[in-house]
Amino acid sequence: MEINILIGGAAGQGVETIAALLGKVMLRSGYGLCLDKDYMSRVRGGHNFSRLRIAGETPWCATGKVDILVSMDQETYFIHQDTLQEKSRIIYDPESFSLPQEEKRGVPVPLQRLAKEAGGAVMANTVAVGAVLVVLGMDTDSAEKLLQEMFAHKEGMVEKNYLALKKGYKEASHHCSACFSMPDKKIDEKRLFIDGNEVLGMSALASGCRFLSAYPMTPSTGIMNYLAGKQEYGVVVEQAEDEIAAINMVLGASYAGVRSLTCTSGGGFALMVEGLSLAGMTETPVVIVMGMRPGPATGLPTRTEQGDLEFVLHAGHGEFPRAVLSATHLEDAFYRLNKAFYLADKYQVPVIFLTDQNFADSARSVPPFDFQRLNYERHLVEEKGLIRPYQRYRITEDGISPRALPGQFSGEVVLADSDEHDEKGNIIEDADTRRRMVEKRLRKQAGLASEMEEPTLYGHQEPDILLMGWGSTYGALRETVDNLGFQGRKAALLHFSDLWPLPVKAVSEILTSVDKSFCVENNATGQFAALFRRETGLEVDHKILKYDGRPFMPEEILQEVQKNV
Amino acid sequence: MFSPNCFTTDQEIAWCPGCGNFDILQALQEALAELELSPHRVLLCSGIGQAAKIPHYIRVNGFNGLHGRALPPAVGARIANSSLKVIVQSGDGDTYGEGGNHFLHTIRRNPDIAHFVHNNQVYGLTKGQASPTSDLGMNTKVQTAGVILSPFNPLSLALALGAGFVARGFSGETEHLKQLMKAALEFPGYALVDILQPCISFNKLNTFAWYKKRVQKLEGHDTGDQEAAERLARQWGDKIPIGILYQVPAPTFESRIPALQGEAGEKPLAGRPFNPGSLVHLQEEFM
Repeated sequence: MEINILIGGAAGQGVETIAALLGKVMLRSGYGLCLDKDYMSRVRGGHNFSRLRIAGETPWCATGKVDILVSMDQETYFIHQDTLQEKSRIIYDPESFSLPQEEKRGVPVPLQRLAKEAGGAVMANTVAVGAVLVVLGMDTDSAEKLLQEMFAHKEGMVEKNYLALKKGYKEASHHCSACFSMPDKKIDEKRLFIDGNEVLGMSALASGCRFLSAYPMTPSTGIMNYLAGKQEYGVVVEQAEDEIAAINMVLGASYAGVRSLTCTSGGGFALMVEGLSLAGMTETPVVIVMGMRPGPATGLPTRTEQGDLEFVLHAGHGEFPRAVLSATHLEDAFYRLNKAFYLADKYQVPVIFLTDQNFADSARSVPPFDFQRLNYERHLVEEKGLIRPYQRYRITEDGISPRALPGQFSGEVVLADSDEHDEKGNIIEDADTRRRMVEKRLRKQAGLASEMEEPTLYGHQEPDILLMGWGSTYGALRETVDNLGFQGRKAALLHFSDLWPLPVKAVSEILTSVDKSFCVENNATGQFAALFRRETGLEVDHKILKYDGRPFMPEEILQEVQKNV
Repeated sequence: MFSPNCFTTDQEIAWCPGCGNFDILQALQEALAELELSPHRVLLCSGIGQAAKIPHYIRVNGFNGLHGRALPPAVGARIANSSLKVIVQSGDGDTYGEGGNHFLHTIRRNPDIAHFVHNNQVYGLTKGQASPTSDLGMNTKVQTAGVILSPFNPLSLALALGAGFVARGFSGETEHLKQLMKAALEFPGYALVDILQPCISFNKLNTFAWYKKRVQKLEGHDTGDQEAAERLARQWGDKIPIGILYQVPAPTFESRIPALQGEAGEKPLAGRPFNPGSLVHLQEEFM
């Protein structure tokens, strides 16, 4: 039992506001929910929508079917009418447009007029929320409390919004009251309703990241926004003139001792690539959140793709160690980004954290995070361990040189160099030092490999069907495995969060024992499958690839799997 | 006791004998000694080029980064540790060509950074191509019919963008240059010193003698007069003024960053203790 609500309209019509309000009402009412956003690269007009899926337990991802369509314009109805079921309902403003005569599922609510009567057209969103609540058979208590919190600082707005809410509620009740039965609540503890970028921003702040420099770029801007709103915690956010400045500023701050972050998307990352190589050579810790979107070039700026795995694996001239981690789901990503900071500090390497628009913009209700699990070890050399004179690039067995900060020790200086250098950091050109320095840096790759987490098998423990994936497809794949299980199939999922160095043990053991293996990726060329083959010599039986800029729906994956087993 | 010797290193210097860089290095070592700055309290950021090798020849902290990217790491380092005295030093190609965008926006930020640009009006390390500041008509292996792009005027640009400290020095006037460097190092905010220097290997036009004949130390100039400074910045030819053209402090970048103010701001960002467990309440806004 679940309810799916789709709110659609032109950019600027308040689609996201309605979804956020409804989401929080559901959260506080004890339901599990997830929300995803589909929007165009424009500020006004076009067609945007948000999907809210409400269930007893927190759903893993959005689905394609719609129970309640909140249609802020006519286009929304025409685009989404195929997703409606017989018992679905359409909330719309009859004074703005009409539904076709044969359409009997409409719930006409004059959103604009009622909002104006309540005190202003801007409250049409609140009217719509009231209408949805009555259609679902819910009361307005939670919504009222929320409006109180939201508008307490704005003179008179609480009362006006209450009125708008009630008007929407009353008007819709004439057409449809409690037309749906809500799912049974199975959650009795407090939950957060939070999206991917907010989780990453919060994780960065709680990981002790105190400097972010970035150039705004969808889908990563939300991380910048989050941290910029938290400056009272001593974090500095600097909007750079370009991504080249962003990464170089971050490297300067990191060299001087602050946990630092930059976030971008493919085009911005392309500009950062020389700086990535500089991080490799100077052995400066840095975390780069790389929110993928469909390319090449500007591509589809507000949509999703997993098309840059190969790019981040190979980006940067020269050979140097790096780690690549990915955001799979909210509960994991909070700790995974902290791991990125830990790896960067410990191994003094760049760490790339892959997300995409699907992860960044999707929100779910999740249990509170355990902040005590977060690591804040800086791996700096201390007075008693200091060997004088200090040498920034001292050659060691594991390749990790003791790291000191400029100004940390009186009488000692720290020299970081992008040229090949000796242990002190001074430019060299001799063959022997060059060889020893290359080997020193590359020895860190073995340490990184030992830190990579093997994926755990989800689903049947002796599966016939194995699905493989990475990054933000986790939710859709997990639901697919559940659905295959309901059909009596022995299916399981191996989903990778840590991508490089690739942990291959679990998958190598199981792959030969399954009947059919599938690699599911949001790209056109199967980049993970190729990486997997390169590292193991093994090949998957089928690739399920989607590259239209939209996230996978579980039912799409299920269909593809069924075709091939 | 501070002496310029505190700042010498054991590195063999890779500059051409007679290069103006030697004089600039000497002036810097003397300036730091006279200001009694300990090597570990100073950070020198540079890019790539002949001038940008300077962190290897002076004993202070150094970040020898990428070509054109000397300024952004310096800005980042100032945010991370505002107790460091930060200097940026690179050539004219690095600063005004490859790094032009950072030059513009660093002036707008106004961080407390002393910026010493070795301006020899030619590319040295890549062997003699035109730089952004090359004079019109200069022949090179690439600009075979002479330079046709109008020269970049760093002083005019810096003044137009509101830089608080704009000066020009000459490597052949070491004592004068040292005084400029000291003033820039003590100036609160972004301070540009464009330093004219001969490139004895590749610039046959703007030679030591060429500069020596033309440079004129400013006397009686009011460094608070922006219009006079703008006129001086445009002077190039028979007479080239050297000295401080403009010096009027404005609020620095660091003084406008909330995290660096107040009681907490007294400790550099890099040294502040932190415990992730103290931030559990961040979750409340999402409940």
